Amino acid sequence: MAYTQRIDGRKVDELRPMEAKVGMIPNADGSAYFKIGNTIAYAAVYGPRELYPRFLQNPKTGILRCHYNMMPFSGSGERIRPGNKRRAQEISMVMNNALSLVLDLTAFPNSVVDVFVELPQTDAGTRCAAISAASIALADAGIPMKDMVSSVAVGQVDGTVVADLSYGEESYPAIVSDIPVAILNNTKEICLLQMDGEISKESLIKALELAQTATAQIYDLQIKALKEKYRVEK
Amino acid sequence: MSKLLFNEKDVVAPGEILAEGMDYLPGPYTYREGEMIISKVIGLVNISGRAIRLTPLAGPYLPKIGDKIIGKVIDITISGWRVDTNTAYSALLNVKDATTRFIKKTEDLSKIISIGEYVVAKIYNVTSQNLIDLTMKEPGLHKATGGRVMGISPQKVPRVIGKSGSMIILVKSKTHCEIDVGQNGLIWIKGAPEGEYLAEKAIKFIEEHSHYDGLTDKVEKFLDHELGADKNQQPKEQAQPPNEQKQQSKEQDQPQEQDQPNLQDQQNQ
Repeated sequence: MAYTQRIDGRKVDELRPMEAKVGMIPNADGSAYFKIGNTIAYAAVYGPRELYPRFLQNPKTGILRCHYNMMPFSGSGERIRPGNKRRAQEISMVMNNALSLVLDLTAFPNSVVDVFVELPQTDAGTRCAAISAASIALADAGIPMKDMVSSVAVGQVDGTVVADLSYGEESYPAIVSDIPVAILNNTKEICLLQMDGEISKESLIKALELAQTATAQIYDLQIKALKEKYRVEK
Repeated sequence: MSKLLFNEKDVVAPGEILAEGMDYLPGPYTYREGEMIISKVIGLVNISGRAIRLTPLAGPYLPKIGDKIIGKVIDITISGWRVDTNTAYSALLNVKDATTRFIKKTEDLSKIISIGEYVVAKIYNVTSQNLIDLTMKEPGLHKATGGRVMGISPQKVPRVIGKSGSMIILVKSKTHCEIDVGQNGLIWIKGAPEGEYLAEKAIKFIEEHSHYDGLTDKVEKFLDHELGADKNQQPKEQAQPPNEQKQQSKEQDQPQEQDQPNLQDQQNQ
């Protein structure tokens, strides 16, 4: 196997250094900051609030709307043109699908909960960081949800199964696969699974097992960040 | 064998397992999944007998019948006013519920309450789709003229009111302001400008420290400190007139202060 030493010197199952904070945006009903390596995500939650246009209203339950955005200066230096893009739309949709699974908005018919995620700096794994941040922000907003969603990318770089790929690994000049996964902590249900590249069945199973332990680490950090806000200073 | 995994007053996040086994019952903001009872919101654990309840630390306001709320009039309809309740749902205040006075068909409703004004009203009906009907035909309910309106998290409202109104009485007496607390998280304050400012500061202090024990003592200390600091900062000649004003407003407020706690008692029940 060619890829024995990871680019940034991590172990194969080691995540990049993470940081999470709650309540960064006072105007929002709930907000969170999530950093993993050089990828930074800010999430803000507004609502439940009135939903317009009216034809989107659902009289049985409230709905969730996710907005994902990479800031113009967030990439490697090439300006990312602002505005709605196919990629942002897709990621907003997969975020929505992953998070809708845990939210319980039946008490808020005809309303909407808006989640805005902004990424001021990106280095691979943005949709995972966005979901992890959005999950903390939704919990901070006090919206009923049955579980937290923790997300991380796993993959295979030149024959080695690794967790939390950086951009250097994603663009490694060999056969690479990048698999963003989001998992619910209690039931270990998978609520996001996408893939880029190619991987064998055996390696995929191994990668998904790795994702379980990796998301458990993220879950611990999410819970810690949420509880930090309500820590009583003596 | 059932076992509890958290103690009374612990902070729990959504998705955390509170108890295992069938001996405990899931209370509000929790649910049962197989043998486990799991939290649904960020909140404080409250164990009462076999039931495990959660007191949410954050979250939206859910309209309930009998709640006193503060709302902003956003529209005038043929038979009343549409009121923004600071939630996802607007409320209707019918003419017949707004005043005891007879109102002619041709009368201009904006002369009574115009768009943009705030009302202190009570919810007398909520449907399953959260359509809200308001009434103002009860003592203590009125149009909010003058003063200022501030917003806090609706889950912090019980702390601002305190046990049988103790906290709000403290803030009222120290700042000499008229204060109405809506269950939807809007608070109307009216008094001398310095008093209003101080009351707003004190309520923000309560909101920030709502999960602390012995909050009333902390707020009393905070208010005394602020009042002391105020007096030190003001030059001597200017300090005299505001004090007189404060004393006057105190006398004016006294009868209302006696009325208010009873209302809050009703609300807490």
